[in-house]
Amino acid sequence: MPYRVSSTVDDSREGEKMDRLLIVEKLAKRYERTTVLGSKKEVLALQEVSFSIGRGSTLALVGESGSGKSTLAFCIACLERPTSGRIVFDGNEIAALGEKQLREVRPQIQLVFQDPVRSLNPRFSALEIVSEPLIVQGRLNKQEREARGRALLAQVGIPQEKESQKADEFSGGQRQRLAIARALSLEPKLLVLDEALSALDYSVQAQIANLLLELQAALGLTYLFITHDLGMAAHLADEIAVMEQGRVVEMGAADKLLRAPGQEATRRLIAATPRLGAADHRPQVI
Amino acid sequence: MRYFLRRLMQGVFLLIGVSILTFLFSTLAPGNYFDEMRLNPQIAPETVAALRVQYQFDRPLPVRYGRWVNALLHGDMGFSFAYNSPVAPLLWVRARNTLLLTVTAMLIAWALALPLGIWSATTFGRLPDRAISGATAVLLVIPDLVLAIGVLILAVRSGWFPTGGMVSAALEGLTPVQKLRDLAWHMELPVLALVLSALPSLVRHVRAAVAEVLDAPFLRAAASHGIPRTRLLYRYALRAAANPLISLLGFSVGSLLSGSLLVEVVMSWPGLGPLLLEAILARDLFVVIGGVLCSTVFLVTGNFLADVLIYWADPRIRSGAPAR
Amino acid sequence: MAPLLQVQDLHVAYISRAGRKSPALEGVSFDVRTGETLGVLGESGCGKSTLAVALLRLLPGNAEIQKGAVLFEGQDLLRAEPRALEPIRGARIALIFQEPSLALHPTIRISEQVSDVLAAHEPASRAARRQKMLQVLAEVFPADTAHIADSYPHQLSGGQQQRVLIAMAIACGPSLIVADEPTASLDPTTQQDILGIFRRLREKFNLSIILITHNPALLAGLADRVLVLYAGKVAEIGPTEEILKSPQHPYTRALMQSVPEGLEGSARSRKSRLPVIPGEAPNLAVLESGCRFESRCADRMEQCKQREPGAMALSEAHAVSCFKYGG
Repeated sequence: MPYRVSSTVDDSREGEKMDRLLIVEKLAKRYERTTVLGSKKEVLALQEVSFSIGRGSTLALVGESGSGKSTLAFCIACLERPTSGRIVFDGNEIAALGEKQLREVRPQIQLVFQDPVRSLNPRFSALEIVSEPLIVQGRLNKQEREARGRALLAQVGIPQEKESQKADEFSGGQRQRLAIARALSLEPKLLVLDEALSALDYSVQAQIANLLLELQAALGLTYLFITHDLGMAAHLADEIAVMEQGRVVEMGAADKLLRAPGQEATRRLIAATPRLGAADHRPQVI
Repeated sequence: MRYFLRRLMQGVFLLIGVSILTFLFSTLAPGNYFDEMRLNPQIAPETVAALRVQYQFDRPLPVRYGRWVNALLHGDMGFSFAYNSPVAPLLWVRARNTLLLTVTAMLIAWALALPLGIWSATTFGRLPDRAISGATAVLLVIPDLVLAIGVLILAVRSGWFPTGGMVSAALEGLTPVQKLRDLAWHMELPVLALVLSALPSLVRHVRAAVAEVLDAPFLRAAASHGIPRTRLLYRYALRAAANPLISLLGFSVGSLLSGSLLVEVVMSWPGLGPLLLEAILARDLFVVIGGVLCSTVFLVTGNFLADVLIYWADPRIRSGAPAR
Repeated sequence: MAPLLQVQDLHVAYISRAGRKSPALEGVSFDVRTGETLGVLGESGCGKSTLAVALLRLLPGNAEIQKGAVLFEGQDLLRAEPRALEPIRGARIALIFQEPSLALHPTIRISEQVSDVLAAHEPASRAARRQKMLQVLAEVFPADTAHIADSYPHQLSGGQQQRVLIAMAIACGPSLIVADEPTASLDPTTQQDILGIFRRLREKFNLSIILITHNPALLAGLADRVLVLYAGKVAEIGPTEEILKSPQHPYTRALMQSVPEGLEGSARSRKSRLPVIPGEAPNLAVLESGCRFESRCADRMEQCKQREPGAMALSEAHAVSCFKYGG
């Protein structure tokens, strides 16, 4: 299936490469699943995915479930190794790096998951959650870690008096704030948000969306926003890439793509997104 | 299908491993049957030496093991020094008796545990549940040995039950029906002791498995469809709770077996238990190995049956999907 | 014509192990007319799921109905004998739960699960039942009916499981369907499919539907009226168009504003700050006096802290519970 990359920057020019924080070229990922009974099934999760993200901007990756979005997120966050293809992050090839070198790269790309309930240890306090990655990094002593943890909590809007509250006592929206704070503790350049807003109520989604925009402006973060909610994607993204069955079928500036979609998959997604303005053409019930 | 072949192979390997270990430990343990004989002044040392050669005790260990396996494949399980007879027929009789006891006890225990556990789960926290939980707690705490002896004392004091053995002395003159009743009468106490020791843990597991299912969304959904209560409980709840219970079934076979060994000795039931005990004490090598192997076969079969049952009961395992 | 369902002053509370009462619903009243689709809009913790199960008295053991009436086809469901409810559940009023993968029994075939619903309400021979079961499944699975019937839930996708639940709901020809977040975990395209099925079935069988969701956009084009729940109380109720386009209650208004314009927005609105409702929904276990939305309300007044507002009719169809409009 042919795809069309109409990104705003032509990244074939060397000098421009530095403007794209992340460049993914022909990424492929194959899984072999062994069932309990011993039979093997091959799953082709990603086939020749190519796209790029501008530094400091937001790319929304939209697609249905099964299109390979989460696999892609894991590959970019260096939690999975792609079967083939290149990932160029900040000018460096990282797809084929060894474990040791990957350890240097990982702090720069952080993941925020969809489920605020299961991605945080429920018995950790808020402060512990945001300072835990710093312990693993081993650079700061305890006081420095706590100070940094407090600063992070303040940045995401968790009031100080709640810093020792256990994670399972927070609401869904607050837990996502904690997840974001934790992701920020290692000062990443790229934040991969895998359906990070999908499980939240709309009013809470708005709060977190605003937070993300603030943080992006303040810290110069780059976002890869993975979702199947085209409405929120349209609101947050500079560019949108549409995935279908393991491939990126279309990518472009958000405005242009939504007004004039080129591919069937994009049109289908746009048509399927419910809108507030839709009218019911049924005759009124007496 | 491959799954079952694999489980079968695992069972076979287990048996091989057990046989090797038993052989090893039995022969490495200090002393053997012939040491006892040597102490007996009536038997000449030359006889002992000759016997040793006859039974190849002078050969290295692997060779002896090899010969034993070879014999086993021909249906010959060795020779018992103490009973002066081939091991195989000895084992079969005893094994049959043990099976009789264990299977009966298991059926009764499960037949009681299921309704008790379900009742407990449906009245969670209220009086019936508390009463049952209290009773099971008490039974759990009492060691099996004490239970068995307690039951024995009951027999002695009340005179209602035989105090041991499997059959009465006057067996020969009875009709088949009377023989059966006699057998049942002798079985009552050992079965009681076994059931009492197995029941509490079974009841608790059933209770836990069913209680967890009672909270499940699909049960409330089924209730919302108007499905009547009894059907809900037995068709929907129990079937969903089946998985952990079937695994428990496999496991309970093992624990009942070990429990039965003890009960048999205390109540003089002529099963594998007393046989093994005497054989170990007398260093009767082949009987020990044979007995242990027999028990292992029961265990492996029980677990294999449980595997088959789970496969049949849970379609998710059949199609390889991850079970919740 | 009398409404099909009348909920009057419903009060439901949850009781913690320690004996503390947490109100989940208070003073909830509304009607549903024959053939009407009522949307219930609310966020987590507002009591919408409690409402769904309370109607059929399927609340968990630690919940109690304290007050109120639910009138359906001449009976008060809350005061009926438990025996009398069985012919209603699944046959006159059907409930579709959230999370389809959890609402189906994991180890029983679809055909049997659907047949069980039929068997619970309609005495018939096994052959007749099987016929009906296939018929019912064919409504939601026009192709592949037999194959789906023989499958187990885990072999179906989320959308397919949801269709099975819908089939089970319509199997005995109910007049009212209560659907709790029927599209929450589904893809946009699958969502559209499911909503399309609802539309088709309600035309075909003249169904009344109570559609519970937290996504206002779902209700546009599907619901006739919308009831907005906040912290266990009815904030506003009125025709869909009015609620979505010109909401009167401060909460509803703020909620509509916090949904991004997204596809309908202009380039200017992109990446702009969304107006948010400050703070969080109140913890119902520790309620203070006064309006429950007061602490987050942009229009709050002195009296909002002291008393709770009652429902004020703005028009024949539209009512709000807010002091801005009197009371």
